[in-house]
Amino acid sequence: MYVAVKGGEKAIAEAHRLLAEDRRGDPDVAEIGTDQIASQLTLAVDRAMAEGSLYDRGLAALAIKQARGDLIEAIFLLRAYRTTLPRFGYSAPLETQDMLLRRRVSAVFKDLPGGQILGPTFDYTHRLLDFDLESPGEMPDAESFDADVVHGTVPRITDLINNEDGMIEPDVRSDPEVEPDDLTREPLAFPADRSLRLQALARGDEGFLLALGYSTQRGYARTHPFAGEIRFGMVEVEFFVEELGFAVTLGRVSVTECQMVTQFRGTPTQPAQFTRGYGLVFGQSERKSMSMALVDRALRRAEFDEDLVASAQDEEFVLSHCDNIQATGFIEHLKLPHYVDFQAELELLRKIRRGQDERNAAQEAAE
Amino acid sequence: MVEGDMKHGPLLRVNRLTKFYGARTGCRDVSFELWPGEVLAIVGESGSGKTTLLSCLWGDLMPTAGSIEYRMRDGRMRDVMRLSEAERRLLMRTDWGFVRQNPADGLRMNVSAGANVGERLMAVGARHYGNIRSEASDWLGRVEIATDRIDDMPRQFSGGMRQRLQIARNLVTGPRLVFMDEPTGGLDVSVQARLLDLLRGLVADLSIAVVIVTHDLAVARLLSHRMLVMRGGVVVEEGLTDQVLDDPQAEYSQLLVSSILQA
Amino acid sequence: MNKQHYNFAYLDEQTKRMIRRAILKGIAVPGYQVPFASREMPMPYGWGTGGVQVTAAVLGRDDVLKVIDQGSDDTTNAVAIRGFFKKTAGVETTTQTREATVIQTRHRIPEEPLKAHQILVYQVPIPEPLRFLEPRETETRKMHALSEYGLMHVKLYEDITRHGHIATTYAYPVQVDGHYVMDPSPTPKFDNPKMQRMAALQLFGAGREKRIYAIPPHTEVVSLDFDDHPFSIQQWDRPCELCGARDSYLDEIVLDDKGKRMFACSDTDHCERRQSAQGEARHG
Repeated sequence: MYVAVKGGEKAIAEAHRLLAEDRRGDPDVAEIGTDQIASQLTLAVDRAMAEGSLYDRGLAALAIKQARGDLIEAIFLLRAYRTTLPRFGYSAPLETQDMLLRRRVSAVFKDLPGGQILGPTFDYTHRLLDFDLESPGEMPDAESFDADVVHGTVPRITDLINNEDGMIEPDVRSDPEVEPDDLTREPLAFPADRSLRLQALARGDEGFLLALGYSTQRGYARTHPFAGEIRFGMVEVEFFVEELGFAVTLGRVSVTECQMVTQFRGTPTQPAQFTRGYGLVFGQSERKSMSMALVDRALRRAEFDEDLVASAQDEEFVLSHCDNIQATGFIEHLKLPHYVDFQAELELLRKIRRGQDERNAAQEAAE
Repeated sequence: MVEGDMKHGPLLRVNRLTKFYGARTGCRDVSFELWPGEVLAIVGESGSGKTTLLSCLWGDLMPTAGSIEYRMRDGRMRDVMRLSEAERRLLMRTDWGFVRQNPADGLRMNVSAGANVGERLMAVGARHYGNIRSEASDWLGRVEIATDRIDDMPRQFSGGMRQRLQIARNLVTGPRLVFMDEPTGGLDVSVQARLLDLLRGLVADLSIAVVIVTHDLAVARLLSHRMLVMRGGVVVEEGLTDQVLDDPQAEYSQLLVSSILQA
Repeated sequence: MNKQHYNFAYLDEQTKRMIRRAILKGIAVPGYQVPFASREMPMPYGWGTGGVQVTAAVLGRDDVLKVIDQGSDDTTNAVAIRGFFKKTAGVETTTQTREATVIQTRHRIPEEPLKAHQILVYQVPIPEPLRFLEPRETETRKMHALSEYGLMHVKLYEDITRHGHIATTYAYPVQVDGHYVMDPSPTPKFDNPKMQRMAALQLFGAGREKRIYAIPPHTEVVSLDFDDHPFSIQQWDRPCELCGARDSYLDEIVLDDKGKRMFACSDTDHCERRQSAQGEARHG
């Protein structure tokens, strides 16, 4: 005799136990430490911080460990933690020209003030598996490592181009009197302004933005981009304290900034000038910041009176689908039971087929 | 114009309608009146401003200057641009219609012919399936579509049938004003002739006022009572259709007419 | 980083106030989708984050909570959500519909009529009933504001044309208080009549889509239909094989690979209560 399924609670507890076992893996292999993750899987940590929109290397490393290396799961853990944190206020805009540079390249000028700094990059490695890494090796030379850091102000490419009589759109300065909108505190409403769009893109899924940015290059809303400048390094975060009347430095964060120089525009009243797309992400991710800059530019379609011809330009499409935590939740919720609705559809299908059979029978009888 | 003269005034009054795109002129200082049951053709070649004018009248584009007044069913003249969103949208799905050049732009391609015709009825509150269906069937007959095609999808229809379906979809609520944008544009010549015949009959029977944009003077001659000739965003000539076509005054109209005759 | 303290029912009070404001607005404008600043919850989007936030915002220390999924208290997601509130709020939980003051549900409304002191919280995946007819939010907002629902009937018209009857079996659209057309969440249409003039407050939370809406007690909730094709609900030609109920929604359970099936109540509390009443009647 059938009895209604029971034991959900027990099944869940058992699943958790198995999960913990799989996370630990082979007990004969030393357990991985979060310090190892934080210092050796740095790009994974960077991505988890960027899309988790929480700058904390230690927590990100913990999340990656707990998630068994599944970065979207790690991002999810960080987001869920982040949402419980109290909010004190908003930092002052980052002054990226004062960045302690580890890397800075421009594809539009051969040389420029501040120079080209290759820094730590995979760009010119041969993608050959390095079997020496299979066993612990020697420490790389630490001295040359530090010498890469460039101190002092290095002008950004957009400032350099702009020296020449407004050849590119100027910076947009936000009104310090107006509190910026916050995607995590207010529901997103359309049309969204650029600051909101940039927030969404900054925490958006790297893979999604990569594909969209790529699509603009392949002709789905071309923007004729040049990588004006990509810089990566540490930048100070300042916070204006009302009571003190001045800004104090809270600390430094590592960020990658991409200034994409794109298709020029002119109007009868305004001389032609280059337009811009902007990308900024926590940590080192050139792929993400460049994709973001391409999509940012494509989304400025209305500003430049461009026709809506591709998904990358469609604000509702991009912003509604770029968040991987929302996306993964909704895709994976299909695993939840749907048998009530399935039952309803099954009954309907039977009814429709009964109707067909009856009609066919009636027709045959008539013939 | 005395506003008390409600029954006999013009249906639509356009005054110095102007649209700039940045510094470029779309159309400038266009004025005309349209009377109930009257068919007005706006002719000109591409870039003449006729499509801009139509888009302003239908509300797709916001004019830079000028006014558009319409006589509502209660007899009062109202500035269309000052109507509330609710009033404007109601007007557009009851008392106005728009027949687009490409029927796919004016139809719902993924629902049946019957639903296409019935949509406007349902939008104004029809809730009886049988009645909606018989009304849709009636209208299919009036536009010469076999009524047994009522459950077919528009994509199973030929170009001419789609265009006739689009017309039925617009006329089902008994609009008093219909805009048409090159309604015979994409069709073969023989199919065009049949459609024009049908349109002429329907417009006369129902005494619908029509603003039709076309580059085809033959279409203008067959359908319209009056016409405006546009060039470079301005009206260069207006008058009774036969008069303009037989004895054009403006140099450009003369050129336009003679080029057609030679062709 | 040490273990932190979470606030009662997880969310901080500021956030709960924000959610309660959205709920109040929703109650004031029945069926209207109120945008709210949905928080990122420690469960995945699509798994009830909206319902959980609404429940967290309305839950008090004296409340008794029941959580069901597909009508059952013992489905894994219901267990997980109930466990979440047990842990973060420490409230009493129950599986009995009668005893609960707050009931969070996914896909069903309990068979037992709800009372005025109860709140029913629905988990909603896609709150916009017009979404699949018109994907743009800027446009659907206008359609709601102006009560332009012709398109909805176009869909029902097509159903009848193709199948001879309205072929929507769940998430069947309703019109609330004569204005807003609303998605009742993917409950089977069998449950729609229970919404009509329900004595309990009904709250709907969509976390991923960041919307809350509500039906105040005793509100008119009408399922859309045509005069000559009136709304009707599912019916079974057999009773529940466990409790004999003829008026409840039945699950179909596949017993073997030879097509053997049985039908039993989807609402497990309802079914168990009926079975134990029958048992008592037999023994007593």
